[in-house]
Amino acid sequence: MIWSKEETLPREEIEKIQLERLQETITRVYSKVPAYAKKMDEAGVKPEDIKTLKDLSKLPFVTKQDMRDNYPFGLFAVPKDKLVRIHASSGTTGKPTVVGYTQGDLETWTECVSRIACMGGATEKDVAQICFGYGMFTGALGLHYGLENIGAAIVPSSTGNSQKQIMYMQDFETSLLVATPSYALRLAEVAKEMGVEPERDLKVKIALVGSELLTDAMREEMHKFWGKDILITSNYGMSELMGPGVSGECLEHCGMHINEDYFIPEIIDPKTGEVLPEGEQGELVITCIKKDALPLIRYRTKDITRLFYEKCKCGRTFCRMENLSGRSDDMLKIRGVNVFPSQIEEVILSVEELGPHYEIILEREGFLDKLTVKVELAHSTDSFSVLEKITAEVRNKLKIILGLDAKVMLESPNTLQRFEGKAKRVKDLRSK
Amino acid sequence: MFVKQLTVFIENRSGRLSEVLGVLKDNNVSILSLSLADTTEYGLLRLIVDNATLGREKLTENGFSSLLTEVSIIKIPHKVGSLQKILETIDKNGGNIEYMYGLSIESDMAYVVLKTSDIQKLDRILEENNIHTISCEDLANV
Repeated sequence: MIWSKEETLPREEIEKIQLERLQETITRVYSKVPAYAKKMDEAGVKPEDIKTLKDLSKLPFVTKQDMRDNYPFGLFAVPKDKLVRIHASSGTTGKPTVVGYTQGDLETWTECVSRIACMGGATEKDVAQICFGYGMFTGALGLHYGLENIGAAIVPSSTGNSQKQIMYMQDFETSLLVATPSYALRLAEVAKEMGVEPERDLKVKIALVGSELLTDAMREEMHKFWGKDILITSNYGMSELMGPGVSGECLEHCGMHINEDYFIPEIIDPKTGEVLPEGEQGELVITCIKKDALPLIRYRTKDITRLFYEKCKCGRTFCRMENLSGRSDDMLKIRGVNVFPSQIEEVILSVEELGPHYEIILEREGFLDKLTVKVELAHSTDSFSVLEKITAEVRNKLKIILGLDAKVMLESPNTLQRFEGKAKRVKDLRSK
Repeated sequence: MFVKQLTVFIENRSGRLSEVLGVLKDNNVSILSLSLADTTEYGLLRLIVDNATLGREKLTENGFSSLLTEVSIIKIPHKVGSLQKILETIDKNGGNIEYMYGLSIESDMAYVVLKTSDIQKLDRILEENNIHTISCEDLANV
């Protein structure tokens, strides 16, 4: 089902809406946000220079640093009394990034998430268990309002207390699960430990996963635990832009449809800042064109992806962004080689004897980077040759894919750390 | 006749071995023999205990991953060359041994644990050649 008729508009009409909303937004931020006016003046652009969508590239970028420099409300385009909600990112280094919403923004957010939930198969009949942490994080409340708007019954179970989560799933007959891919796997593991077979004993038919990369290998692993028929779609967003609801995957699994009447996407070369031609891989830059409180212009997401504009089989005309291959933030430079943790994950998940949990450790030995990958055995064995075969297989595959030699360490089942929110699987100890 | 051996995978971290043995102690599982084979990163602890099923259950409850493996325990004369003779017999009959370790020594007899990839075959060879093996029940008297 398609939630809104806007999702199927012809390209010309989408572009018409985009240009109108872009011009309105730029005029507004130029007059209301001094930090934007200053940036635009420095770049020598005035609001009236934005005559076509192509002119967007004349505008300066906004980065996370700009948000920190203007902490907390410096980039807001409305007075504080118009705000009805404030969220913040975790801010592991220094001040968090703060985002605010007017009543109208919350309605926009709800609309955007409703579309995405609908794309993933959600209906009013669903019992939706939201296993994202409620609080300053936008993920839980975003999905909450969107799914409620569709008419689903929300179980706001948040994260943690996994055994109770499984009990709710059984007793409330949860049919839709919202979680990170790694927490969805953890929940299946806990269910099994409790003697509950997720595929047989639970009624979960839909998983809307987000806030972490969903690689193909991870999707397969989820099917192994939750059954082959479960509909798994990933959705994308970030608190700076709104929260979840920027884009989401439809059941054709060919990328995530961006809500283009609210966001204009661009792909740039992360080094030069040049806009790249359609279909090329680069950093995603997003401009919010229908936000009152915090309309970020050309926000650098640091996420690496590609855009496709052909009409999708599902009937939607909104362009699709490829499921992320990584964040430029997550990219590791190991002995001069660029490595995305997702590449290592794919290798680990391809080895049958291993579980889906892992840890990547980077150390410096003299002048050399040392890569260690800790993996977990799925089952016990009595044979050294099996253990040696597993380590050799992981090592060889990593060598082929990354061109790097890694030390592979086997761990007993259930010993590596499990995560309820975003998984933190990389330990970079090189700077210390 | 087969005996169930308890195999535990352990990472080479200080205290791991003692944790495993602690679980067995707390549940009154008595160790009759063990073999610890290790590499620099991990090891396989193989145990003959008086109650392997209980041992495994308790290890699982305590978060250790273990496995029950069928092995043969032979009873042989405690004499120079007797083990070699038996291995020769097994070899001649096409059996193979993956690993072995001693269980206990009495004044005139010794017990040895044998692990093979084809336990039915090994069992047949042992039986046909009148090599005495012991059962789980016999273990209590060893």
